[in-house]
Amino acid sequence: MRDRVIRALAGVAVSMAIAFAVPVVGQTPKKYSPPRTPWGDPDLQGVWNDATSTPLQRPGTVGGKDVLTDEEAEEFQASLAHELTRDRRDGGPEADVNRAYNDHWMDARRLKITADRRTSLIVDPPDGRIPPLVPLSPARQQARAARAGAAARFQAGLPNDHTDFSLPVRCIIRTDSPPYLPTIYNNDFQIVQSPGYVTIAPEMIHSVRIIPVDGRPHLNKGLEQWLGDSRGRWDGTTLVVETTNFRSDDGVIFQNANPATFKITERFTRVAADSLNYEFTVEDPTTWTKPWTALIPWNRIDPAEQMYEYACHEDNFDIVHFLTGARKREKSGEVR
Amino acid sequence: MRRHVFLLIPLALVGVTAAGQQRTTPAPTTTFPAYRAPHRADGHPDLSGIWQAFVTANWDLQDHEAQSGDHPEIMGAYGAGPAGQSIVEGGEIPYRLEALAKKRDNFAKRMQVDVSDDKKWHALGDPELKCYMPGVPRATYMPFPFQIIQGSNSYILIAYEFASATRIVRMDWKQESPVDAWMGWSRGRWEGETLVVDVTGQREETWFDRAGDFHTDKLHVIERYTPASPYHMMYEATIDDPNVFTRPWKIKFPLYRRMEENLQLLDFKCVPFTEELLYGRFRKPVAK
Repeated sequence: MRDRVIRALAGVAVSMAIAFAVPVVGQTPKKYSPPRTPWGDPDLQGVWNDATSTPLQRPGTVGGKDVLTDEEAEEFQASLAHELTRDRRDGGPEADVNRAYNDHWMDARRLKITADRRTSLIVDPPDGRIPPLVPLSPARQQARAARAGAAARFQAGLPNDHTDFSLPVRCIIRTDSPPYLPTIYNNDFQIVQSPGYVTIAPEMIHSVRIIPVDGRPHLNKGLEQWLGDSRGRWDGTTLVVETTNFRSDDGVIFQNANPATFKITERFTRVAADSLNYEFTVEDPTTWTKPWTALIPWNRIDPAEQMYEYACHEDNFDIVHFLTGARKREKSGEVR
Repeated sequence: MRRHVFLLIPLALVGVTAAGQQRTTPAPTTTFPAYRAPHRADGHPDLSGIWQAFVTANWDLQDHEAQSGDHPEIMGAYGAGPAGQSIVEGGEIPYRLEALAKKRDNFAKRMQVDVSDDKKWHALGDPELKCYMPGVPRATYMPFPFQIIQGSNSYILIAYEFASATRIVRMDWKQESPVDAWMGWSRGRWEGETLVVDVTGQREETWFDRAGDFHTDKLHVIERYTPASPYHMMYEATIDDPNVFTRPWKIKFPLYRRMEENLQLLDFKCVPFTEELLYGRFRKPVAK
């Protein structure tokens, strides 16, 4: 039953996406038919980029509008870009230099909103916001408090040990775990297909998600994986991926949802030669009051602008800088 | 007695094959009977699948006896390494004299780690111990499976279970390596039934094995993957690095297709297994 609801919701989101795409492209609605691989699967292969400044959740500044007019969109994009831009001259010399130092490796594509001028990546619920949390169990509240404590020590430059760092800082998982959300850099994903498989290599970190599309069952329930266990199937020209068996470590699942009840369904649909709609629905009745869905356009990039290896742990100097810095601060009596 | 029988049979087969071939054709590159893999729509063999080497070269590329590991007082037989025969053509890696001394030093210090100084971050210890991506060809003969996903475009993706290392083989690609990477810069081409992969741009810090065999950033590896049966593929790699070796040298061994139903690569994200070793010494002291 719930599946049917989700699918119906997903269907709505897709039709919304198509509706949105029309005025921008300025063509009559025509169903794009993606090329096929030699073995007959829809061909999603290529290097795609999902950078955008459109926020996951709708900000309060847009007066509750889900889609903006051209003029509104321009203003919205400019204000988002201003906040995201690191190369600015309005914070005083110290702040300006600190910000600008990081600007060169940021993805410039992250300064533009989606072409369909939406105000949030979330398309359901209609308010564009993550639904409210349900009351968490005492054990999960405790786990969140412990995590918040570790994060606070990290923020204060006083981590106790490496376990006080988040999983991305420890280079265990970064943006390779679903759902894929746009970030400040390395927003590339390369899809390679062979018969029975779709694989997605994200540029940040180096793990590939290997998705069987051959109808095989999921791993046994107790066998947990950092990126979960993904199974795909074709629904027309859409790749539908369901992922289960996530590990229960803090930070593995988006917003620390409950691995026992968390479910994510992703839909990958090529909607034009150079664009692909990535849509995901997450549900977890022990975390959110209802399921929610986001739609993120992926744009094909020139293959010559290739993916680079993202090594992280191999030269993770900062983890030692943080820890030795903390020990020095404690020793100097600066803090206790 | 039984053991002798097992040993003699394969040797005898090899002898017969070699002798038979000598009279008619040049020496075979494998002891497998001639095999032609099914071809894909693009006219090339299909190498897709989950593969694994069953040599012990990750402990030592050359001949090695079974050995106790470090800390036998804790590790017992768990820490011991298996014996194995050299996979190096001719048996020996042709080291320059001074490089051989460095290899021995690497081995002696293979389990020492010190990341307190960025500039000496990689000076000590086997990169495998520290969960660093293994580079090529070591990734191929680590005791973990890897999966080849042969795209229908100009890319072949190879995903290794160890450390979730990945590399993308760019087919018929002209561009030289833009920057050094742990898994290098792989460009592929077909030579008949063989996938040939030219690997440059490897970070100098990777090792070939736990015996301390090493290279510099001049490393150039040419790999050859040739289907030998529906279940086997011959793997060859020619290794060159004029800074370390007196001449190019070659390794060769079969890869085996993993046949278990519904088998898939699982996580060996080993960072959490090595953090205590790397960073434990920087922990906040327990208050007395």
